[in-house]
Parts: sequence; structure tokens; C-alpha cells
Amino acid sequence: MKNKNLVSITDFTREEYLRILELAAEFEAKPRQDILNGYVISTLFFEPSTRTRLSFETAINGLGGRVVGFSDSGATSASKGETLHDTIKMVSNYADLIVMRHPLEGSARLASEVSSVPVVNAGDGANQHPTQTLLDMYSIMKTQGTLENLKIFMVGDLKYGRTVHSLLQAMSKFNPTFYFISPDELKMPPTYKLYLDKTGLNYIEGKDLTEFLPEADIIYMTRVQQERFTDPIEYERVKNAYILRREMLEGTKETMKVLHPLPRVNEIHTDVDASPHAYYFDQARNGVYVRMAILTSILGIK
Amino acid sequence: MKDKRLSVSAIKEGTVIDHIPASALFKVVSILNLDKLDTMITIGNSLGSSKLGKKGIIKLSKVFFKDDEINKIALVAPCAKLNIIRDYDVVEKRVVEIPDEIIGIAKCVNPICITNNEKVTTRFEVVSKSEVKLKCHYCEKITDQDNIVII
Repeated sequence: MKNKNLVSITDFTREEYLRILELAAEFEAKPRQDILNGYVISTLFFEPSTRTRLSFETAINGLGGRVVGFSDSGATSASKGETLHDTIKMVSNYADLIVMRHPLEGSARLASEVSSVPVVNAGDGANQHPTQTLLDMYSIMKTQGTLENLKIFMVGDLKYGRTVHSLLQAMSKFNPTFYFISPDELKMPPTYKLYLDKTGLNYIEGKDLTEFLPEADIIYMTRVQQERFTDPIEYERVKNAYILRREMLEGTKETMKVLHPLPRVNEIHTDVDASPHAYYFDQARNGVYVRMAILTSILGIK
Repeated sequence: MKDKRLSVSAIKEGTVIDHIPASALFKVVSILNLDKLDTMITIGNSLGSSKLGKKGIIKLSKVFFKDDEINKIALVAPCAKLNIIRDYDVVEKRVVEIPDEIIGIAKCVNPICITNNEKVTTRFEVVSKSEVKLKCHYCEKITDQDNIVII
């Protein structure tokens, strides 16, 4: 994977996913190593992000690397009108690797073509956020012991949620059965269902969250946002139907885990937090190990 | 007596692009950069056509296109036909075919795509040809036939 860019989750193969997850487990067992000593990694966050940026910087610092970068483009020459092209050209002279988040879609692909060093996409608008997908996969692997043949529930906003689309693409390599639970307005787009049909994978679509829950291995929750609805009455009607509460988890598999990319607003009731099924905070911690694995394999250290 | 005069006169050597929808004629001119040519070009538009209603035709003296060059016009003139002329005779007829990749011709439909916000040459993978669907190489969004805008 040396010198490879990670822009889109589809840039990596099934074997590369598994290699990253294996490395992440090694880093989890030994999270303090000095292997990035002497490396400079640039974190360019053109829009604010708490979790992703801190997770990357924790990963880099934990391995002894140095970080240069910014967390708000207001304080950079981008605010003077410098193009992304020029910023990336300049920064790739300084750093060994660039981690970038940018509000415009496709910006990470452009950066990877302009840069002389590898680029890791930390989110380009609503398009791709591949390191999130890899940490979701690591969380699934860790809690289920495998990625193969799982029943994965995706709940909430399946139309606009980039995390569910990327997870769907990546997990499709491991023979899952998907359950898409969403209001009519936010159903999984036809493109992805067509992709599953072509791949020969099964999926079930429904509106009722509780109906199939006892079958679930993973429940992946996303937020149903009011601004996605054209009809506010419709939003009022459905908003409570996609809130996960503790009593709904009765009768589910013992090993079943609830994941959420965070930030959560109200789609998982706080009474779920104390349940043994709740995994979303551990999921966020896994992000550090997965990012250590991604950075070191792209830099050719691991 | 039947009027046998052609609306646009014949050429000796070159290429005739026929069956261009009248509304797409000037887009074809721009895609092929014909304004940069200094050889003789005859352009006719809104000519009567039994197939298209109104069609455009371009006759290019001493110009011969490579397939990947001419196929670029398939986006706006999918049923255009090419006649290759040698010594006033049609020696070859060709149809245009939509290429697998479209570079620098169309605009991405996504307003927050980087290509609509910074000077970047657009690039699409053609994911469907019967009903044209273009997948942006950058933002990965699909631009479909009805939304194709030529730059």
C-alpha cells in the first residue's frame, strides 16, 4: 500500500481492508511506538471537525510523528483566495503525507492528483470518508470476530448518509445481508440497490425499526435530519419512529452491537448508553488504531 | 422539374458530418474546436431532414478525424453520421460512438463538486451509454442525459 492514496473506500481491495484491520489490532495491543519519529504529516482541515482531526493527530502523536496543519481555513491563504491546487502543491513540499478534509466534493481526488506525497481523505463534503468506513469495519470485526455473512441493519437517513453508502460498498465484499430501515423520503438510493442486485447480495427494505431486530448482528444508526424533509408534517410524523430505545433491544442477539458514526443528537436514546449492546463510544476510540494502521501502511513503515 | 441543387455544395476531399440536431450544431463546432481551423469549412443549419426535422451539417475540406476526436460529439449529437470524401466520392461512412471516458467537454451537475469551484478539467466515466449517464471522476456523482451541459 506504500504511496497509495486513500481517497475513496473503493480505492482499496478486500485484502487491503483486511490488512489495515489486522494492523489496527496490532496498534491497539501496542499503541505507543516511536515508528513515525522523523516524519511530518500535514493535517489540512478546511472545515471544522472534532473527532476526525483529534483522532488523526492522536494517532500521529502516539507513534512519535510531527503534525503541521490547520483546523480552520479562515486562518490560511485559502481565505486570501489561494486555490486548493496551489495549497496542496506547496504543502506537499513540506510533509510526508497529507490528511485533508474539505467541504467540496471531489477535492480529495484533485489533491491526490496534484500532490507529490500520498493523500488521505478525511472527508470531502458528502462524498467519501474512507477512514470512518475502515474504523466501522474494525468495530464490526472486533465485536463479531468476523466480517463474513453478517446481518447488518442500516437505520435512519439512508439517502444522504455517506457513511452508510461507503460501509455498504466495503462490506459487500464479505457476503452480508443488509436491512435498510428508513422513512420513505430517505430510502437507500437505487444506485446502491442496483449494485447489490448485480453483486448478488440480499437486502430487505422496511420502515419499521423493531420488526426484524432479533436477527441483527450490527445496527448502524444515523440521524434523520429535519432539513432533509420537504414536508415538515411528514418529519413530525416519522421522527420518533427512528429513535432507538433500550426496551427495543430486548430479544436481540447477545453479541449484537449498536454503532453510530457520531455526533449523536437524539436518534439513540441515552438509556441505550448503559446497555451492553452500545458500542458507539468504543467505536470512536477504534478510530485512532485504524488511522495508525492507514498512515503507517501508506508511508511504507508497516 | 426536381431541383437537384444541394443546399450546401460538395467538397473534394474531407469529412462531412451529417445528421447533427440543429440545436447542437454550434456545440459540435465548439467541441471540435472548428473555430481554430484555417481550412475551408461550410456550415449549414436548420436544413430540412425527414429524420430530425431540422438538422445541421458541417463540411470540412481536407480534415479527417481520429475516432477518439470525433466521438466527443456523441454527447450532443448521438446520431451524427460521418462521410469521408475522396475526390468528391463518399469512400467511407461512419457513425459516432460515445466513448468510455469524457474529458473536458461536459460540466458536472453537482454544484459543490470541486470542478465547479476551481479550475479543473472535468473527467467522467461513462457508466451508461443507451441513456447517457456520466460518473464524475472527482465527486463520484452521476450526471444524466437531461442534465448534461457542454462547457
